[in-house]
Amino acid sequence: MSDNGKPRFAMYWAASCGGCDIAVLNIHEKIAEVAAAFEIVFWPCVMDAKYADVEALPDGSIDLTLFSGSIRNDENLHLAKLLRRTSKILVAFGSCASEGCIPGLANLSPVNEMVATAFETQSTDNPGHVRPTPSWASPEGEIRIPTLAPVLRTLDQVVEVDYIMPGCPPESARIAEVVDLVIAVFAGRAELPPKGSVIGAGTSTVCDQCARQRDVKKIAAFTRIQATAHLDPAICLLEQGIPCSGPATRDGCGALCPAAGAPCIGCYGGSDGVMDQGARLLSAFSSVIDAREPGDIERILDGLPDPLGTFYRFGLARSILRASRPASAGNGHEPPVTARAPGPALAGSAGGTDR
Amino acid sequence: MSSAQERIGVYVCHCGSNIAATVDVEAVSEWAGQELAGRGVVVARDSKFMCASSGQELIEKDIEELGLTRVVVAACSPHMHEKTFRGACARAGLNPYLCELVSIREQVSWVHSDRAAATAKAKAVIAGGVLRVGEHVPLEPLRVPINPTTLVVGGGIAGISTALEIADAGFPVHLVERQPSIGGHMAQFDKTFPTLDCAACILTPKMVDAGMHKGITLHTWSEVTDVKGYVGNFTVTIKERARYINAELCTGCGICQEKCPIRVQDNVFEAGLGFRKVAYMPFPQAVPKYPVIDGPNCTYFEKGTCKACEKFCPTNAIDFNQVDRDVIVEVGNIVLATGFELFDARRIEQYGYGRLPNVFTSLEFERMSNAAGPTNGRIVLRDGVTEPRSVGIIHCVGSRDRNYNSHCSAICCMQSLKFAHLIGDHTDATVHNFYIDIRAPGKAYDEFYQRVLEEGTIFVRGRVAEVTDSLRLPAEADAEGRLIIQVEDTLVGRQRRIPVDMVILAAGLEPPADAKETARLFGISCSSDGWVIERHPKLDPVATMTDGVFAAGCALGPRDIPASVSNGAAAAARILGRIQQKEMAIEPVRATVDEARCSGCRICNDLCPYNAIVYHADRAVTEVNPALCQGCGTCVAACPAGAISGTGFSDAQILSQIEGLLMVSASGQLREVVPA
Amino acid sequence: MSTTTTHAPAGPAPAGGSAFEPVMIGFTCNWCSYRAADLAGTARIKYPPNVRLIRLMCSGRLDPAFVLKAFAEGADGVMVSGCWPGECHYIEQNIKALRRLTLLRRVTEAMGIEPARLQLLWASAAEGQRFANEVGRIVEEVRALGPLAWGRDGARSPGSVEAALALAATGSSDPPPVSPADIDQPAPALAEVTA
Repeated sequence: MSDNGKPRFAMYWAASCGGCDIAVLNIHEKIAEVAAAFEIVFWPCVMDAKYADVEALPDGSIDLTLFSGSIRNDENLHLAKLLRRTSKILVAFGSCASEGCIPGLANLSPVNEMVATAFETQSTDNPGHVRPTPSWASPEGEIRIPTLAPVLRTLDQVVEVDYIMPGCPPESARIAEVVDLVIAVFAGRAELPPKGSVIGAGTSTVCDQCARQRDVKKIAAFTRIQATAHLDPAICLLEQGIPCSGPATRDGCGALCPAAGAPCIGCYGGSDGVMDQGARLLSAFSSVIDAREPGDIERILDGLPDPLGTFYRFGLARSILRASRPASAGNGHEPPVTARAPGPALAGSAGGTDR
Repeated sequence: MSSAQERIGVYVCHCGSNIAATVDVEAVSEWAGQELAGRGVVVARDSKFMCASSGQELIEKDIEELGLTRVVVAACSPHMHEKTFRGACARAGLNPYLCELVSIREQVSWVHSDRAAATAKAKAVIAGGVLRVGEHVPLEPLRVPINPTTLVVGGGIAGISTALEIADAGFPVHLVERQPSIGGHMAQFDKTFPTLDCAACILTPKMVDAGMHKGITLHTWSEVTDVKGYVGNFTVTIKERARYINAELCTGCGICQEKCPIRVQDNVFEAGLGFRKVAYMPFPQAVPKYPVIDGPNCTYFEKGTCKACEKFCPTNAIDFNQVDRDVIVEVGNIVLATGFELFDARRIEQYGYGRLPNVFTSLEFERMSNAAGPTNGRIVLRDGVTEPRSVGIIHCVGSRDRNYNSHCSAICCMQSLKFAHLIGDHTDATVHNFYIDIRAPGKAYDEFYQRVLEEGTIFVRGRVAEVTDSLRLPAEADAEGRLIIQVEDTLVGRQRRIPVDMVILAAGLEPPADAKETARLFGISCSSDGWVIERHPKLDPVATMTDGVFAAGCALGPRDIPASVSNGAAAAARILGRIQQKEMAIEPVRATVDEARCSGCRICNDLCPYNAIVYHADRAVTEVNPALCQGCGTCVAACPAGAISGTGFSDAQILSQIEGLLMVSASGQLREVVPA
Repeated sequence: MSTTTTHAPAGPAPAGGSAFEPVMIGFTCNWCSYRAADLAGTARIKYPPNVRLIRLMCSGRLDPAFVLKAFAEGADGVMVSGCWPGECHYIEQNIKALRRLTLLRRVTEAMGIEPARLQLLWASAAEGQRFANEVGRIVEEVRALGPLAWGRDGARSPGSVEAALALAATGSSDPPPVSPADIDQPAPALAEVTA
């Protein structure tokens, strides 16, 4: 609590795009209610404050912190620990903090490769092969920049988190509802949900909120909306061959994307009881492919050129494997191999008696 | 960890030396007690024979005295003793499904030779079991009522025997037969070995019994087209094909058969040796006695004319407007007695069947030798007139041959001996039998072989290389017009060319051509060659892996008539036992949908071969019907929302088992857990 | 997103063939492949001890998450076995397993797991010898690839984030080769960022 009796509020952006902050601001005039109800002590997107101010705060003195963005470097980690110490309620806000989101896809590459791509690709003029260094002795003193961790992590993989609010970004309408709830809680008119809950979202999947007609699934081909001359607006997108992640994605967004003619890409993460959203999508889509022969199955799956990216677009950092092998190994000093001999056929037809 | 909250007893079996010779059982037991204590293990014991009463009492005592909440037994395969140990737990008051049996025998001690590696693997397997059992929940077996009606598919001797056993005990049977009459292959035979009883004489009384039995409903000229349901509660669709004969009016007088002007080759009953009419009864003693009109060959259906049968039928029983009709029956158990088909001897071109007129198959010869057959019992060449002066009988045609069928067809040696005897009875012909081994294992079988030997049949041990009509050697000049059998006589060590007038091929037994479709229809497994797979080849030879579906006779594999009859009686006994008990317990492995999590995406809807998955459009959720669900778990794995769970093989159980199995390194050390 | 994820396997070089014993998980189905394994046992047919079997009722129960979990928990390889297509006890659920595994393998390969580490084996209840032979073949193929050691690579252990960052902050011991003539920056040393 602050001196004037108003609960303290903080919002931070770690490795993020800033969209979550915008989503909060997108509650429009309601933001005035937030300003009225809370004392905002730290919100880099919106006001000026220094880390030192937060470091000086006593433990638990911030009543509510919304932490967006994932943990990519040591600065993010420092703030995660700092805000955990100083906050009563810490919310992993948005997909980056909850499950890694798009920055999590960096877990497919080792860090040195990412840096090389950023500093040495065709569009970068870098004849001196300059690379960022963790520290540099300038005439005025040592300058340090944050160090990239080998693997990106979600907030709850580094500190204990009280609530998770999914979405990329969380829908502003849901944010508004949560704001109302929190204000009511601090006013003693409502109870907080059980610690560890997912807030601002549903308990089923996007299909629950999607108005499209659903039938039995038999996928003969995968395609893209760009490659489809006419999409039936009334029928399930998956049945029309569009990979829609709705069946494995938590609801709460109102199924806005399918309603607009675009497939759900899974930004709200897996629903209750889903351990690995990508694995669920992988299992569900492949189960209903309309093919029995290995050749036909492969042909239909060729319509999904990047299944890893499609299924794990948002949840890679939270998935079971979490990062690709080279990425999790750290630097991976071996140069990337561009061509590899194909592995053995999937079903061990080699070495068996003829059938 | 869930298992850590339980009190788990681990019991490691020596199985005499079966496990202990390769796995250090005491060390494993000690290891489990120490290293898995943090995972919930409160006691770990080893014992010479866990399945013995002393072993089971160990478990019961610990449950009672130590308050065990879970039990892991490391011993043989669950297929052997899962029931045993579940029973021990139940007796001690612990829900039997809180017991897990992990195999360290069939899958460890019996298949690995390195003691250290096997011991390490045993530890891993036990760790897997301990972590898994922590996720078990108490379950009750499902009890299903047993419909006292039985379906028997196939009206040969095995099917007829089964049907009579059950019906005589007072319970109704539907007997379905594809041909117009029951009787099967046995009705085609002449005499049966070794007693030389006339096949028809011993079969027809049973056929008549079956036809007249109040408890047996015959569906001949019929096939099963659909089977739904589960043990005790099957719904079967039988397609009764149109006979074009009104069974209510037909008296079986046979006038339609007499007057029918069209004759076609009878490839079924007469094995191609004789003819039948288009309106026909397959044989005089057919049951039921109603004929059938062979639609595709009938002039009326082809051109709209003739109708001789209708003109002459005294009771107006011909009905050309008849259509196939579906009959749906509810039954509790099913017996498959679908029999065999003869190996197509044309496939062995060097034996000349189909090319050389006087090469016959065993079934053709049965028909020939049969007094009621197309030659009235005369042994004659294909011209129907000439008696052979010598006959060669070739054993193992299409059997014991990697090019065709590796199996032995069990009955052809005896059948060939029988032919040798019958030929000697009816003619003066010399008989040569060409064999690899003589298989005469049954009662009085070998004595019959001795008799045939003494009667002067000549036995040549060797595989016949060729049956040919082209002469090669000058000495064969007087064999003009005859067949030459080229064979290596292995006992003499010489190639021989033996002239004969007639060759009989003891063609092997094969499963019916549509065996795999039949297996799929009834939800059972058949082997790659098409024989029905029994639940256990030694100890459960008539049950299949599918509860409620049994098999009898040659559907399971080649066997003689007494074995087929025994199979039928065994299946009947099992079924009668079930019917008496009125209900049966089945494993509660089922899928369940959590409606709160189901969003109605319908991805699971088309995945169930048992139609157990039902979509409720009004609530936009899917439900699994526990009565139809067979517990395969496919929908559980497919559900993108994780809304479907599977008892007995839940995600938590399997994931825990994976974790446990990987806790132990290849050398038996606990692996360090690196936090991700 | 980039799909050029065909990296050479990182991590310690595989130990000399004889020293490395792969640890593998094998999923079997109750009706066919588990019985084949039992049959191999009854017939005392020997095969390598590296595969630890899990019994499912049907290969159709196989959730890709199980395979991923096995790799994440330290398996060097995973084998999935079931009834031959056309002979599934539950009619055609093994076909669903085939579909899932085909797609799963594409994903695990993109994650840097060699395709030979995830193998599918059809085996009927009567094929004990063949089951044993195939297990032997699969174990050798995985042995040749070396340990997968998911998450247990030297560079990542100890596992805590701080330790990894501290390690990264000290700088790499292997800077990339740089020609002095290319240097026109006043920076004292160009070191690769070693996270």
